Amino acid sequence: MNAIAALSPYSSSAGKTNHERHTLSVLVDNEPGVLARVVGLFSGRGYNIESLTVAEVAHVERWSRITIVTTGSPAAIEQISHQLERIVPIHKVVDLTLEGRSIERELAMIKVRGKGENRVEALRLGEAFKAKVIDATLESFIFELTGAPQKIDDFVELMRPLGLVELTRTGVAAIVRGPDAS
Amino acid sequence: MSKQMTGAEMVVTALKDQGVDTVFGYPGGAVLPIYDALFQQDFVQHVLVRHEQGAAHAAEGYARSTGKVGVLLVTSGPGATNAITGLTDALLDSIPLVCLTGQVPTHLIGSDAFQECDTVGITRHCTKHNYLVRSIEDLPRILHEAFYVARSGRPGPVVVDLPKDIQFALGTYSAQKNVQHKTYQPKLKGDIDKIRQAVDMMAAAKKPVFYTGGGVINAGPMASELLRELVKLTNFPVTSTLMGLGAYPASGENWLGMLGMHGTYEANHTMHDCDLMIAVGSRFDDRITGRLDAFSPGSKKIHIDIDPSSINKNVKVDLPIIGDCAHVLEDMVRLWRSEAKQVDQTALGEWWEQINEWRARNSLGFHNSKAVIKPQHAVQRLYELTKNRDTYITTEVGQHQMWAAQHYHFEEPNRWMTSGGLGTMGYGLPAAIGVQMAHPESLVIDIAGEASILMNIQEMSTAKQYRLPVKIFILNNEYMGMVRQWQELLHGGRYSNSYSEALPDFVKLAEAYGAHGIRCSDPADLDRAIQEMIDYPGAVIFDCVVAKEENCFPMIPSGKAHNEMILLDLSDDAGLEIGSIIDEKGKMLV
Repeated sequence: MNAIAALSPYSSSAGKTNHERHTLSVLVDNEPGVLARVVGLFSGRGYNIESLTVAEVAHVERWSRITIVTTGSPAAIEQISHQLERIVPIHKVVDLTLEGRSIERELAMIKVRGKGENRVEALRLGEAFKAKVIDATLESFIFELTGAPQKIDDFVELMRPLGLVELTRTGVAAIVRGPDAS
Repeated sequence: MSKQMTGAEMVVTALKDQGVDTVFGYPGGAVLPIYDALFQQDFVQHVLVRHEQGAAHAAEGYARSTGKVGVLLVTSGPGATNAITGLTDALLDSIPLVCLTGQVPTHLIGSDAFQECDTVGITRHCTKHNYLVRSIEDLPRILHEAFYVARSGRPGPVVVDLPKDIQFALGTYSAQKNVQHKTYQPKLKGDIDKIRQAVDMMAAAKKPVFYTGGGVINAGPMASELLRELVKLTNFPVTSTLMGLGAYPASGENWLGMLGMHGTYEANHTMHDCDLMIAVGSRFDDRITGRLDAFSPGSKKIHIDIDPSSINKNVKVDLPIIGDCAHVLEDMVRLWRSEAKQVDQTALGEWWEQINEWRARNSLGFHNSKAVIKPQHAVQRLYELTKNRDTYITTEVGQHQMWAAQHYHFEEPNRWMTSGGLGTMGYGLPAAIGVQMAHPESLVIDIAGEASILMNIQEMSTAKQYRLPVKIFILNNEYMGMVRQWQELLHGGRYSNSYSEALPDFVKLAEAYGAHGIRCSDPADLDRAIQEMIDYPGAVIFDCVVAKEENCFPMIPSGKAHNEMILLDLSDDAGLEIGSIIDEKGKMLV
């Protein structure tokens, strides 16, 4: 959005680059097309998606939770929340970053190939990060690692020189701390 | 009361239960069962259009002139895709529509069947909400929910996609009153503390202005009444967007005229210099604000809107109030009265003096001519000769639309139907058909341009079939006037493809469609010719031959602020200089 806005003399946000990263937790009716509505809103209005996760969270009510990590100026983030609220099958939009006390977790599976010292070093770092070995051959490991996105970034960087082959990540799931629902 | 019936019968029964008396549509293979059900009843009248875009605009005209939900019925594939422009138009202008589309049978969906398209996928971006009905059990609920969603909150178009096997399937229908959506429940009442704060700010203001929009019209006639009352209580000046014309009467003492790109000098300067702006059901569109960082720099802004996403979208406001305009205005009037608020009369008096100085510039003035009909003059005469009648005006899009907004004066809401947000050429004739269906005894006039009218001219057949006496008043300057004007101002007068070459003879065209044709090019004959149009009992195409290269002024050039308007005098002396007023950045804008 900001690339477009910066070109426009109609815009008052031209030149502002105070981008923030926010995590939005969106409770939706699990009906056909609801994910397309959310994703279409982001592409249609030029907002960013850094990560997106979705799964059903209440089977009887047929509710799903979509967790979206996005970046933008504070005004753009406020717009995103309001635009999401307009989508008819969306119940609730919570900006977890504004809520403050929230926890984010992500799961990654990381395939590393190597022999000799590299193999030993990869295994040792895996233990240090509390990664689980979920598959092994004589020349490879697959690690399963859960944690905050930054922790996974750090581990991946360490694996890169040791023979990182492939990586898959789930995207962020997040929840508010304390006894209450968000 | 529950009853067994087919899906097609449910559709027609639900329309009846929703009080729908008129549906605009076009049949095809995937909606034949619904057409069969329509054939066997008398309550819902079907109006056969000649193109599905016409059905959508006609439903919009019907909706805007009545305040009810407009309904269209089209077939799958091309039927649905042809309706897209009208749906998008309704989304941008917040018009409540329910669009029923046929779909191939469920077992064929996804197989690229004949006349199949992904209607819910395609219309997701141009509707407020849409449904693909997958089982007959869901159909009654979805039909009623569609009407609820279309009319509630900020209104908009809703598509219900109906596979053909669902139309044939048997199911149980029960009459459902007051169906709501389980989660979509827009807030109508505004926060009373914020309204109190707004009233305090209004009482303290020295240079206030009401900036009203289409939201006031959408909130129903009561909202317009309450706006008038509040303006009377406060004696504040009031301006409106294109969409909001008629909410406050043009004859009212506090009326400044329309604001924005082609708004009046006094309206735009009042907005620029005010110290308190009360935005009511308006959305700070780029046609209104001009250059954003120079938009009303010294004012506090109150924004009343039912859609939270309109708040702070383009312009940061100081006091947002989420709610329906009628509800919020009612609370404002009540609080103003009960707290016996007084404005600073001296300051307001000075403010009005300043405004009257701006008014004295007569920014809508033009050089009239005895040799050739000036388009502004034509609209003025049309207004004078129709103002005492029960008249509804629609327009196409372009210069004629702006001249109509400037020179035709509206006293009541729901009398003015124009494509504001999307700017759809070809809107006016089908919209006029929709208006005339709703108001058979009224005078319905489409103020048109010779280029726009050709975009949906086929709807003349619809007018003929239903004996609708719509009047099409074409300001014919043989150019796509607004395109030509921008080419003159911004592209060195290189009129690339904006000349209306090879026009039809509009008088003969009228006759070919069984209507009456009138041509007038003599200013002295204009009143008589307009009277002939009004008196003719059927449809009329009026070919009003006007000055060819007249520009629409005043104008805020692209990328400029409200106090940088171009007025006629300046532009007359220095026609080519205008190009240099708009800078390179401005040229990139639309």
